[in-house]
Amino acid sequence: MTVELPLSPEDVNEIATILDGSSYDRLDIRTSRFRLRVERSGDGWSQEWSLDEAAEIAVAAVVNVNIAAVVPDGLEGVAAPLPGTFYHAPQPGAPPFVAVGDIVGPDSVIGIIETMKLMNPVHAGCTGRVVDVCVDNATMVDSGAILMHIQPA
Amino acid sequence: MIRRLFIANRGEIAFRVIRTARRLGMTSILGASEADLSGWPAREADEVVCVGPSPSPQSYLSVDAVIAAAKAARADAIHPGYGFLSENAAFARAVAAAGIIFVGPEVSSLEAMGDKLMARKVGIEAGLPVVPGGEATDKAQALERATATGFPVLLKAVSGGGGKGMKRVDRVEDLEASIDMAMAEAQASFGDPRIYVERFIASGRHVEVQVLGDGETAIHLGTRDCSIQRRFQKLVEEAPAPLIPDDKRAAIETAAVNLARHLKYRGAGTVEFLVDAETFDFFFLEMNARIQVEHPVTEEITGVDLVEQQLLIADGQRLMLTQDMVQADGHAIEVRINAESWADDFRPSPGIATHVAWPTGAGVRVDTHMPRGGVVPPFYDSLVGKLIVRGATRDEAVSRLAAALDVLNIEGISTTADLHRAIVRDPRFQAGGVDTRFFEGLTHG
Repeated sequence: MTVELPLSPEDVNEIATILDGSSYDRLDIRTSRFRLRVERSGDGWSQEWSLDEAAEIAVAAVVNVNIAAVVPDGLEGVAAPLPGTFYHAPQPGAPPFVAVGDIVGPDSVIGIIETMKLMNPVHAGCTGRVVDVCVDNATMVDSGAILMHIQPA
Repeated sequence: MIRRLFIANRGEIAFRVIRTARRLGMTSILGASEADLSGWPAREADEVVCVGPSPSPQSYLSVDAVIAAAKAARADAIHPGYGFLSENAAFARAVAAAGIIFVGPEVSSLEAMGDKLMARKVGIEAGLPVVPGGEATDKAQALERATATGFPVLLKAVSGGGGKGMKRVDRVEDLEASIDMAMAEAQASFGDPRIYVERFIASGRHVEVQVLGDGETAIHLGTRDCSIQRRFQKLVEEAPAPLIPDDKRAAIETAAVNLARHLKYRGAGTVEFLVDAETFDFFFLEMNARIQVEHPVTEEITGVDLVEQQLLIADGQRLMLTQDMVQADGHAIEVRINAESWADDFRPSPGIATHVAWPTGAGVRVDTHMPRGGVVPPFYDSLVGKLIVRGATRDEAVSRLAAALDVLNIEGISTTADLHRAIVRDPRFQAGGVDTRFFEGLTHG
C-alpha cells in the first residue's frame, strides 16, 4: 500500500477553490512521488502534474531516439510522418505499394503506418525512382525515421 | 468481499478504477503492458503486473495473458474497464472458470447484447420500440417492407458495414431502381444480395440511459446525450439530454429499465436510443454492458460513483439505491481530449506531452492519466483525458466549459482541444439539443 496519503482530484479542486477566494496565485506541492502546481490561469485555474525526476530522464531518452537516419548524397529520403508500425502492403499477402525500381510521384502512396488503430498513408513527397526500402515490413518506426530512398527525377 | 481487484485496462479508466478501489479499501493491481509499466496509473496502483508486450493483441486483448496475470497476483476480482475485453463473453466465462469475480454482467447478458441484430431481437422481446424495418431477400419483399415502414427509408446490405450498399430513398417512385442497385452492390461487395430496409430518421439524436441492476431489480440514473459524433465516435456527451419533453424522457428511461429487468441485468449498463429530433419518437439501438467513457457526466449530476456501484454489485450485494434516491441536480458536459490533430483530418498524434496544464476549480473535473512528460504510445486509442464540467444550469455548464478549455494547454502532441473550443462557440451547441449531423455543419476555426 502507498504510505503517503494520496491527493485526490477532489482535493485539488478544493485547493483551487480555496485559492480562488484568496490573494494567492500559485501553490506548489512536492512529494517524493510527484510535483503539483495549481496556478491562476486567466479567469480560471490550472493543475500541472509531473512525476519524479527519473520519469523525466526516461522522457529525455525517448526524445533522443527520434533522430532521422542519414540519407546518402543525391537521394531523397521518405520520412515517417508519425510513429507506428510501417507496412509495405495494404493488407497481409497483398503486393507492396511500391518496389525498388518503381517510379513514384509526390502523391504516390509508398506504404502505411498503423498508429493508434488507424491506418495512415505515407506519400513519397517527391518524383523519382525508388532505390532502397530501408525498413522491413511490419516494423515499429519513430516519427522521422527514413523509410525509403528515392533517386529524384 | 473483494479485497484484491485486478484492473485489466489502461489509461484514464484504469486510473479511475484505482481511485475508487482505494477509497473502498481494496488493493488495486494494475495489469499493464510493457508500454504502460512506467505510466501514471502504474505508479498509483498498489501493485503492477505485466500482461505482455505493448501491442494490445498480445496484452490487453489476450484472454490467457490477462487471466494468468490475475491468477499470479491472487486477484479475487477483475474490472475490465471499457473496450478491450470488457464485453467479451469468452473472457467473462474464463474469469469465472478461474474462480475470479468478473466485474460486469452475467455471460447471458453479454451474449444477448453481443451484436446489433441479436440486441434488436431481445429489445423487441422486452417490449422496446425499434427502428421500423426488416430484412428482404428479394425485390418484392423489399418493396413490401418499404411500404410498411414509410418514407424515407434506408437500404443497407445485411452482410455489409462501413456504408457500402447503403442508400437513402425518399420517394416511392425511386424505390425500385434503388433496390436493384442496393442488391447489386450488396452482391458485388459481400457476395450476399440480401438487404435490410429501415425507416430513415433524417434528424436523429443519440440519447442513452444509465442503468444499474442487481439481477433482481434495476433502476436508471437518467439520460445522456451523445449526438455530437464523428464517424460514430462520440466527441461530446452531456447529462441530462437537453430539450426533451418530460413525458418522452420518462418513457425513454422506463424503456431502459424494462430492458435491464428483462435481462435480469447485474451491474452498470447503458441502453442506447435513436431519438427523432422533431417528434421525439425513440427507438432502441443497443446496450453497452459495461462502464462507458462518458459515465462521469451522470456521476456529476447524481453524485453516484458508478464504479463503486459496479464493485458492490459484483461483490454480490443488493442495490442499496432506490429509484427515489437518485436525484439529478444541474447539468454536466464532458469533452474527450484525444491525441489527434483536427487540422490534419484527425491524424493521430502519439508522442510526449512536454507541457500539460489541465484546468481545475469549482465545477471542473478532469479524468486523465497524462502528467507533464507523459507518453502517448502509438499502440492504443488516442484518449488522453476527459474534461467534465458541471453547472446549476446548462448555460452555466457551457460557459464553464468555455473557460476550462481556455485554461487547458497541452504541448508536444496535438489534441482535439481546438475542436472543442470551436464546438463550445457554435450557436447550435449553445442552444442545445443538436442532432447527429452537428459535426458535418461545424466549420474549421
